[in-house]
Amino acid sequence: MTTMLHFLVLMPILGFLLSLLLPDKKETLISWTAFLSVGVHLLAFLAFVVYWLWHGHLAINLKDIVLFEANDYSFFIDFYFDGITAVYLFVGALLTFLVTVYSRYYLHREPGYKRFFNTILLFYVGYNITIMSGNLETLFVGWEILGISSFLLIAFYRDRYLPVKNAVKVFSIYRIGDIGLILAMWMSHHLFHENITFAKLTNYELVHEHLQNHSAIGIFISLMILLAASAKSAQLPFSSWLPRAMEGPTPSSAIFYGSLSVHVGVFILLRTRPFWEQQTSVRILIGTLGLVTAIITTGIARVQSSVKSQIAYASIAQIGLIFMEVAAGWEKLALFHFAGNAFLRTYQLLVSPSVVSYLIREQFYNFAPKVQSIEVHFSKKIGYTLYMLSIKEWNLDAAMYQFLWNPVKRLARLLDFMTIQKLSLFFVMIYLLGVYALYNEEQIPAAVHAYLPVAFAFIGLLMVLKSFTERKSVSMSWLLVILNHLWIALAISFNEHFKNDQTILYLSGIGVAGVLGFAMLQRLKNLEGTLDLDRFHGHSFEHPKIALLFLLACLGLSGFPITPTFIGEDLIFSHIHENQFVLAFFVSLSLILDGLAIMRIYARVFLGPHVKTYHETAYRSS
Amino acid sequence: MRAQTARFDEHSVLHELKHYLPAQAPLKDFIHHNTLHAFQSQQFDDGLRSASEIFGYKVSLSLAEFRGLYTAGRISAPVLERIITTQKGAKNQLAWRNKVVFEQYDTSNTPRIGTLRSHWKTQYKIDLDSLVHPILFRILCSYLDQGISIWRFPVGKTGFLAAIKEMESHSFVSYFRTKRAKNLLLNTDCNLTDLLELLVGDAALFEHYLFDQQFAHQGWSGMVSAIEDQPQTLLDRREVTLRDLIAFELLLEIDALDYQFDQNWLALSNVVKIPPAPLFADVPATELHQVMAIWQQAFEWSYYDQVLAGIQQETNFPARAAGKPSFQAMFCIDDRECSLRRYLEKNDVHCETFGTAGFFGVEFFYQPEGGKFYTKVCPAPVTPKFLIKESDGSNKDKLKKDLYFNKNAHSFYGGWLIAQTLGFWAAFRLFLNIFRPSMSPATASSFKHMDKFSKLTIENHNHEHENELQVGFQVEEMANRVEGLLKSIGLVSDFAPIVYVIGHGASSVNNPHYAAYDCGACSGRAGSVNSRVISYMANHPKVRQILVERGIVIPFETQFVGGLHDTTRDEVAFYDESALWPQNQQRHQANHLVFDKALDLNAKERSRRFESIDTSLSAAQIHEKVRVRSVSLFEPRPELNHATNALCIVGRRGLSKGVFLDRRSFLNSYNYQIDLDGKYLLNILKAVAPVCGGINLEYFFSRVDNQKLGAGTKLPHNVMGLFGVANGIDGDLRPGLPSQMVEVHDPVRLLVIVEHFDDVVLTTIQKSPETYEWFINEWVRLVAVHPQTKALSVFENGHFVAYTPTPQHLNTIKDIEPLLTSTQENFPVYLLS
Repeated sequence: MTTMLHFLVLMPILGFLLSLLLPDKKETLISWTAFLSVGVHLLAFLAFVVYWLWHGHLAINLKDIVLFEANDYSFFIDFYFDGITAVYLFVGALLTFLVTVYSRYYLHREPGYKRFFNTILLFYVGYNITIMSGNLETLFVGWEILGISSFLLIAFYRDRYLPVKNAVKVFSIYRIGDIGLILAMWMSHHLFHENITFAKLTNYELVHEHLQNHSAIGIFISLMILLAASAKSAQLPFSSWLPRAMEGPTPSSAIFYGSLSVHVGVFILLRTRPFWEQQTSVRILIGTLGLVTAIITTGIARVQSSVKSQIAYASIAQIGLIFMEVAAGWEKLALFHFAGNAFLRTYQLLVSPSVVSYLIREQFYNFAPKVQSIEVHFSKKIGYTLYMLSIKEWNLDAAMYQFLWNPVKRLARLLDFMTIQKLSLFFVMIYLLGVYALYNEEQIPAAVHAYLPVAFAFIGLLMVLKSFTERKSVSMSWLLVILNHLWIALAISFNEHFKNDQTILYLSGIGVAGVLGFAMLQRLKNLEGTLDLDRFHGHSFEHPKIALLFLLACLGLSGFPITPTFIGEDLIFSHIHENQFVLAFFVSLSLILDGLAIMRIYARVFLGPHVKTYHETAYRSS
Repeated sequence: MRAQTARFDEHSVLHELKHYLPAQAPLKDFIHHNTLHAFQSQQFDDGLRSASEIFGYKVSLSLAEFRGLYTAGRISAPVLERIITTQKGAKNQLAWRNKVVFEQYDTSNTPRIGTLRSHWKTQYKIDLDSLVHPILFRILCSYLDQGISIWRFPVGKTGFLAAIKEMESHSFVSYFRTKRAKNLLLNTDCNLTDLLELLVGDAALFEHYLFDQQFAHQGWSGMVSAIEDQPQTLLDRREVTLRDLIAFELLLEIDALDYQFDQNWLALSNVVKIPPAPLFADVPATELHQVMAIWQQAFEWSYYDQVLAGIQQETNFPARAAGKPSFQAMFCIDDRECSLRRYLEKNDVHCETFGTAGFFGVEFFYQPEGGKFYTKVCPAPVTPKFLIKESDGSNKDKLKKDLYFNKNAHSFYGGWLIAQTLGFWAAFRLFLNIFRPSMSPATASSFKHMDKFSKLTIENHNHEHENELQVGFQVEEMANRVEGLLKSIGLVSDFAPIVYVIGHGASSVNNPHYAAYDCGACSGRAGSVNSRVISYMANHPKVRQILVERGIVIPFETQFVGGLHDTTRDEVAFYDESALWPQNQQRHQANHLVFDKALDLNAKERSRRFESIDTSLSAAQIHEKVRVRSVSLFEPRPELNHATNALCIVGRRGLSKGVFLDRRSFLNSYNYQIDLDGKYLLNILKAVAPVCGGINLEYFFSRVDNQKLGAGTKLPHNVMGLFGVANGIDGDLRPGLPSQMVEVHDPVRLLVIVEHFDDVVLTTIQKSPETYEWFINEWVRLVAVHPQTKALSVFENGHFVAYTPTPQHLNTIKDIEPLLTSTQENFPVYLLS
């Protein structure tokens, strides 16, 4: 059984890696690779599930490789298989299989044919890891892969403005979800003093015992999980990203945003249910959030005049209802509802272009001059108000800017004085001073020492804030992200004593990725002259290879699970105590903004409308 | 602020704007037209140059592409040489050849449009577009929406701006973020001049500003302008004007600026130090422009010369055996019928085929049974006075429902129920559609246009009228139309026992551009009703009586049969077969087999361009795959429509019967002998220039700049309000053709080849100024073929000039079939033996 589970995890990875090696132009080869990897996976799963059901369908927990171990900390990959996994895997495998077959013809002759299937397979890898994960750490690996593949698919038409803009937008919401997950991991580590597996969470006594004495911590963890879940499943107040994600080819929108990706939030709730189930207040909150989302997004769906945004909002409303079902403890109903909603929305999106001929014909034969919907029962003023609010999506999209990104930018504007020279002079000096102090820690007064971690983490945060809003120098922005990591490492080093190898583990990936990124930027500068961050440059048009390598550097630098930095980040958090909320907040905010700043650099330099106009370029408004 | 010397003439600026904006109507009325119609009053080269420099359009293949075609031999060296010599003189030949073939040029394009309004970004660091566009598009789309939203725009019928005003004055919230813009809307008449003064300041800049603003979303503005001009194009009518749109957009801009700067901002003219170049000032021709023009012509004439040589060399093709034809069949002029006719003639050497505009000379509105509206089924510029109604048919197919388009799925509890029930069925449906595609209610099928067994009210009785339209035609009116049709195609004697009149339409699924696949001469509908109507008329005894008086004697035994060719599925439906006499019934059955075989072969010939079909299979097998393809959700290319069109031949069938033209030619039958003064020719050319020329140029421009003049790839398209498509949810509308329709198209202008004496052709085209414009400004090219000597003369600068194509060796083939698998590209011109 365990080999089979391994196979189910590894098969998509294999398919993805294989698909990377294929030549660009070989459509048949590419699509067959995708078709076979997903098809075989689907069959293997079906065989496995029959066997599993036959043998009493007990939950399987599979503790896999331990990637890092130190004292009471152990970072290990763990897989878990139960009914929830089975349903998610079934729906995911079936839909992905259908959509790969569908896309095989649909994408014929599309530039980026290979890239499309690569990304679909990468998504599939992430999806499988997520739903078969046995602990939060493993889930986070899959989660990160989902995030990045979403970004790549939304920005599939990378030479147009809106897809790239929306990809960055969606990615930024996903990062908020990431914050929730990171903090949940941090706190649960302190709660259970181990990287708890989902299998252990089902042990009622164990969870109950831990929660009894730490109910606040329990609530904090639940809230963070809810934050992650509602960001991923487009619940309030994050709903507006989902319709904006519909920028890729229709089949990719259909499985990602119509069905699979958007239900991953529900999955994480179902997966952690044994944990938060015991907290009535959390259950009420989840239920209420679902209800409010369902009501408001139903209203928004009703006024949508474009077919994809209508489906998107209708789907969000159903997911709101699923949240309620989950909160009520009706797990089976929720799973059933998830599957039905996923199939329905996929199909509706795939046939959405037909809506013109179908509805026009219907209008031609059944036209009634004044169709009245139930809203006529509102008074005029209430009616207009609700209609206008729904059209404006209850200002959800604007609010993200108003309350989140604009304050960040305003804060960063305070750092406008900073230039490369000042930076190297001033902060590098302080940093060196800090490192010196680290080795002579005993001489620092205790009163000062207590504040050093927070102070350094704050400086680190400033670095990344500056990086996030830098408009001119690309290298400076890149450098600042690296510096941010250095500051965090320094801050944590002051917080707790641990072996240097942990710091090295954390910074190793950063170093390699940082240098690679610099090299690529330098190479591009040599070829293209100047670069800035004030607008999109679209250099992937002429330099796809540099763009790819730089993307890898970006992933490495942002702690994507391809370098040890990924473990390092988790490790860093284990050295933040459970009462150090400020420190945890600064560090997690830093990591979130890092990801954003890095993707911003990638997007501004390599994506968007090409700066050169010797070829066809799209309007900015398209 | 500069002195306000210039006066702003709102009316004329709006008029200008409307002239330059895309003119595409809503999707259901998609009719091909010259995308750059606004420049058609200039010479082709000049118009393109202006369009490119002013609006930033790419107007030809790129220099690299042209040079690639030259290296590949697709642009012929002798032709290039000849064109350089003619244009630049023999002594400059070498120098110019070097420039054309080798010189490096900077081909980047910095258009004039947008230069003024960009100052907001450079001077104020504000991105007005991203603050204004999403909400503007959303409100506009909701206002115009034809049936996607469930909760409709609450105020209608009063005009766009008035509707918003009404909502703003009775609501707790506002579309605006600040007070001033809202007050301007509520308390002033939103005069454009006042708003522009506030926003732009200097009146001299107003026009440029409005052009910049509207061309930042030309798709939406064009749609508004089109609906303003023809409100009937929306079934659920909406009152909207470009002026209203502009006023609202100006208000939103003021609002965005107020929001950002709290009224602490100055009008734009205060920060514009150097006024931008006037938008419509002359665009001087640079060397690069000349090089591109030379390449364009070389590309075109490389192909034209083959065709013209083919027409001259064609001698050995066996003419139809003398005597009575086995049957005659009339098709639409459409390039897609080109190959079907070839196969019919090949399979039955005694038959005879004709081509004419696919409405067959009968112009009317059509009301299908149960239809709440009238549909126009004749060329777009014509406004018919007649109405044909369908009755006694079965509406089963037309009205089939599909629960997945049911709006309850978007409601709260409806969605809850549907997700858990139909949701699972959806997975099954998807599975079926991917592995066994079949016809569904979502399919747009040409056969749904009219029920095969319904009745049509073709003859007018008792002067019956409905909504100012005459229901049916009177006998005299019928006779006129039949006479006109037969004389224009030269079919006035030697009638076969059965004369088929075959309209055409198309079937597709998941295709918002479905109307573009149907018959252009029927305003983007199928031609089935027209073919039935004209057949009825030609079979009418009283009509035949009148025709005899006019010199056309149709034998008693001859019967006309209407039909419809579905160009996607390659199927033909015949109408009123039961009315055939027994003898003709038998003949019809024999002919039916000829049709079936020809359709199989036609499907096979088409399949060579389809990646998913193996062209080496048998014709019947391929035909089945072609049918499946037409109903496959995942197939963005159900057929290739007019792609590769390049020619229009107006003349007797014999002129081109022996030349293999690879489905690239519109074919209009015409016999100069019965029209020595060019009376019918004028009618033909009046339709050919705008219809075929329009199709050709729309393909041309969508191909060369698929991003700005075409709709881009259709894969991410999102349907907006049932009238347009956009990318994503808050993008601009994308008029023009998607890349999947045009990718195989070679952007060459239409070459119209007329078989007549050149002096007659000249006087004919001069009779109609609109038609003449197409030729004199060279947006379509024109060659006259001497009917007796086959001598050629080309129309240039208002004259016909004798022309000899560069010497060509054309291969002669017996049959195209063995060659079908050899290439997916265009075939060269072959002679048929």
